Amino acid sequence: MLNKSKYAFIMGFLIFTLFPVLWMLKISLTPDRLLFSEGITAWPSEITFQHYYSVLVEGSIPDYFLNSFIVSFSTAAMVTVIACLAGYGLSRFSFKGRTAIMTILLITQMFPIVMIIAPIYNVLTYINLVDHIAGLVLVYTAFNLPFACFLMQSFFDGSPVELEEAAMIDGYTRFQALEKVTLPLCLPGIGATLGFVFTAAWSELLFALMFINRQSQMTFPAGIMNFVTKFSVDWGQMAAAMILALIPVCIFFSYIQKFIVQGLTAGALKG
Amino acid sequence: MISIREPWLYLAPTLLFIFLLVLVPLITGITYAFYDFDLISGTKEFVGLDQFTRILSEDALFTKSLLNTLFWTSASLFFQFTLGLLLALILNSGFRGIQLVQPVLFIPWAVPSFLIGLMWVWMFNPVTGPLPYIFEAIGILNEPENILSDPDLAMWGPIVANIWFGIPFFTIMLLAALRSIPNDIYEATSIDGISGLQAFRHITVPLIAPTIIITLLIRAIWISNFAEIIIVMTNGGPANSTQIVATYIYDTAYQKMDFGYASVISIALLSLLMIYGLILGRIRQKMTTYF
Repeated sequence: MLNKSKYAFIMGFLIFTLFPVLWMLKISLTPDRLLFSEGITAWPSEITFQHYYSVLVEGSIPDYFLNSFIVSFSTAAMVTVIACLAGYGLSRFSFKGRTAIMTILLITQMFPIVMIIAPIYNVLTYINLVDHIAGLVLVYTAFNLPFACFLMQSFFDGSPVELEEAAMIDGYTRFQALEKVTLPLCLPGIGATLGFVFTAAWSELLFALMFINRQSQMTFPAGIMNFVTKFSVDWGQMAAAMILALIPVCIFFSYIQKFIVQGLTAGALKG
Repeated sequence: MISIREPWLYLAPTLLFIFLLVLVPLITGITYAFYDFDLISGTKEFVGLDQFTRILSEDALFTKSLLNTLFWTSASLFFQFTLGLLLALILNSGFRGIQLVQPVLFIPWAVPSFLIGLMWVWMFNPVTGPLPYIFEAIGILNEPENILSDPDLAMWGPIVANIWFGIPFFTIMLLAALRSIPNDIYEATSIDGISGLQAFRHITVPLIAPTIIITLLIRAIWISNFAEIIIVMTNGGPANSTQIVATYIYDTAYQKMDFGYASVISIALLSLLMIYGLILGRIRQKMTTYF
């Protein structure tokens, strides 16, 4: 009995989760002439891959994809390296100013981002990186660092100091001990951080809309929104582009999700 | 052997980034509040506290967006949390096929929020989506209309999209909390003859309660600032019925180009969140001594 209701709930969750995605898939496969003539149907009477072809070959969507990939990957890599260092610093040392740093990191998570888009624009103008994906990478790095630092700190808190100290007694420098002993233990944490930041950068819309005007530098979210405003009637192509955008994050995420749960469990055990 | 400077070396890159790209812009942004920006001439004039009196005395839209923020945050949070907890409990109990189902159920969290917005816009639209017809069939609506264009119902559109997006976050957090409870505790109670429900009530709940409360309270801040789904789905309309403070700031700054007043609203929101944060800190302290 209990088992039956459990499966009923799981089915409910599955339907709620998949329904909008499958509906998008349906629209992306429906030929334009059937979209309106058939009305709302569960599945079109015939399907086409024309929309996918148009999106992948004719438009600038592949460029957006490439830009998004470069931006997300560079951001994730930079944030993870920098946050590893900071998380280590926060976890292993107690020093004057530590509380102040933690407070600053927390405050950065509290205010509405829309408030500082214009001032950041000025900073980017100053370093000549407006309208360039490198500028986006810098901004994304800054905004993802606080959370990543907290995450890495909790992983370092969870890994034993004793091993590191033993290695240092054996003649390693602190940095060597971190690299050879502690980092390998924190690999799930590093994976989780990479994944978090990659998805965050892949999804970000507002900065990308505000800082990028050139087609050649547009990331996927900004490009798609551009697409929406320009060709608001082309449902099929948009749905196809949306389905394509889901693929990389879904693959990446389903791969890392078990590390995330593992990592958080490790963190929770300690704290 | 440890020098005083050593921790700062590890923290230097982080602090540099945050200083240049978050703190400096934040302070610049705050100073905007004392200026009146003139769009046509492109100049700004120092007006002192004038714009602060405007928000306190004559801005009905601010009050409205504040109430909308409360509704948006609490409704989203309530459903995200209860459904997320239910799902975490089911996943934690294990069942056949869980390896396949779990990643699928976590997908929404990886979907970019602007895509979530677009997807649900289509779902609610009677031309492209099934929902108006489903709502009509089960009696929620009298006719298959688009709830996003009905001022009384419009907010539920972004809320549903936000629930869809937010369930996995809570499931993951809660699953991690549940898994961190050592198994021996449950084994001990089963020897003592305690039922599953009693074990849940007296062991699971007290053990995961601190994590839950803190997560909820922090998440509330995040949701109240989360504007993307609303911007994509309704852009604050119709008739400002989905205008939350964050979208109101966006609207004021980038549609009306009134950076000065946008900054005033931001400061108001930030102050409210800070007060909330202080209360949160207190609760956190209390809880660590209590549990």
